[in-house]
Amino acid sequence: MSVPVAIPRRQTEIESIGPISGFDVEKLRAEFPILRERIHGRPLVYLDNAATSQKPDAVIDAISNYYRHTNANIHRGVHLLSQRATEEYEAARAAIQVFLNAADPREIVFVRGATEAINLVAQSYGRTHVRSGDEVLITAMEHHSNIVPWQLLCEEKGAALRVAPINDAGELIVEEFDKLLGPRVKIVALAHVSNALGTINPIREIVRKAHAFGIPVLIDGAQAAPHLPIDVEDLDCDFYAFSAHKVYGPTGIGVLYGKAALLEAMPPYQGGGDMISSVTFEKTLYNKIPHKFEAGTPDIAGVIGLGAAIAWVSNLGIRSIGAHEHALLEYATRVVGAIPGVRLIGTARQKAGALSFLLEDIHPHDIGTILDQEGIAVRTGHHCAQPVMERYNIPATVRASFAAYNTLEEIDALARGLKKVREVLG
Amino acid sequence: MADLRDMYQEVILEHAKSPRNYRTLAAPARKAEGFNPLCGDRCTIFLAMQGDVIADIAFQGNGCAISRASASMLTQSLKGKTKAEAEKIFNNFHRMVTGQSPNGDRASLGKLEVFAGVSEFPARVKCATLAWHTFEAALHGDQEPVTTE
Ligand SMILES: Cc1ncc(COP(=O)(O)O)c(C=O)c1O
Repeated sequence: MSVPVAIPRRQTEIESIGPISGFDVEKLRAEFPILRERIHGRPLVYLDNAATSQKPDAVIDAISNYYRHTNANIHRGVHLLSQRATEEYEAARAAIQVFLNAADPREIVFVRGATEAINLVAQSYGRTHVRSGDEVLITAMEHHSNIVPWQLLCEEKGAALRVAPINDAGELIVEEFDKLLGPRVKIVALAHVSNALGTINPIREIVRKAHAFGIPVLIDGAQAAPHLPIDVEDLDCDFYAFSAHKVYGPTGIGVLYGKAALLEAMPPYQGGGDMISSVTFEKTLYNKIPHKFEAGTPDIAGVIGLGAAIAWVSNLGIRSIGAHEHALLEYATRVVGAIPGVRLIGTARQKAGALSFLLEDIHPHDIGTILDQEGIAVRTGHHCAQPVMERYNIPATVRASFAAYNTLEEIDALARGLKKVREVLG
Repeated sequence: MADLRDMYQEVILEHAKSPRNYRTLAAPARKAEGFNPLCGDRCTIFLAMQGDVIADIAFQGNGCAISRASASMLTQSLKGKTKAEAEKIFNNFHRMVTGQSPNGDRASLGKLEVFAGVSEFPARVKCATLAWHTFEAALHGDQEPVTTE
């Protein structure tokens, strides 16, 4: 079967969108060495950025230079290298404070990623405050890493996990969320942006409503940090989590922002070196925040790489990046959405970064393999959001997700790839 | 470069579209479930034994073209076989899709040879073997669901 695919006339379409002023994609692509890789003999079209983004020279060099010129343990040596390493590590913390607009660098805790950040809050804050009969409130669009840590907590404490529903477009039904707020809810945790649907949640409004009941709010910002400006002061959220590797930084490192007063009152998450101020066998005094939550030698190179990634993003401007990606998403929605047999999953009014879809009844896994042969990397599967798949009664989707270095031409390549899928499997 | 047509053979696509023995078998037939947690594929195999012989076999579930076709053709090729014959086919099939079998070995596989191309696509081997691992579990009466991870 070969049905003509309605690809809008490329030239005119692309021109009508036009470049974002001052945003030079070709120049920026040259900073990402991996974009020169060939995949099955074709240029790489990397559209799996929601899983992890690629890394610019600035980040790769920062990590390499750290190991070449600075490597030493931090917070403990009198020698020069240790001082340098400590300074660079703490400078990254300060850069992240600015990136999130946090009031105080002590509110920035380095963790392994969004997953560990959420587990830290569930184990430390959650185990202190959640009791039998209490509730934890999340939404139906959460990633498994913002579900399972709360399930573990609820199971241990005899508390209940409550889930605010979403509508067919993939938007949180705010009235239903409101109804679930109440005195039994001890914490609200939700995504800023959904990884499976691309939905942007109205988190500022949610925080305000939860605070009216005195309930703290954790925001899972894993999919927001790469695309949207974040201002934790303005949002007034209590915790904010994200992973470096989705924001052009290395794997294995991430950030938990927490309000200083909350972090100070919370018990440590793990014990070890660096998180103490004095240890005897009778009694241990914990270090001040944020060090109380950074037990053991941290991923120093990772933190420095994250610092370089944040500097790279800030240099381009997160708003310009977001505007460019928004143009990509709108174009992709139009071009892919116009292909006969395509069903978009997640059509919220406010979206960022990702386009999830199905093509006829072809399984996403098969689509992924055929696109891969064309050099196009997309994610296929349930995206660690099985409850979202169940909500739509589908086993999986294909997800194309965008970064600063993607181009409109790459979206045309995706559309051509989908045409090929229909030729092979239709 | 691996050719897509090596994997997506006509026979495979045809089975994926209209799978054979896609039904349930009532108790006392044996039943086992398999999952591929990576992509969410599921497969349930039903097995009615008469002594040592597979008297009837059926499957249900959802998954990609490769996993559906594999399950469908598994039911066709194992019906009427003894336990020992089935184990042998399973081993040969597994070696073929993981690229470990010399060509000569494949003759015993008959129609199942169409899956040879899967070995060129390492990411898809688990799709082709899910039904087979699930079948093994049914044969041995395992209670725990099978997972490919
Ligand atoms: C919305 C969301 N939350 C949390 C995570 C977990 O991030 P990590 O695996 O980096 O800890 C992801 C990653 O896919 C995500 O998309």
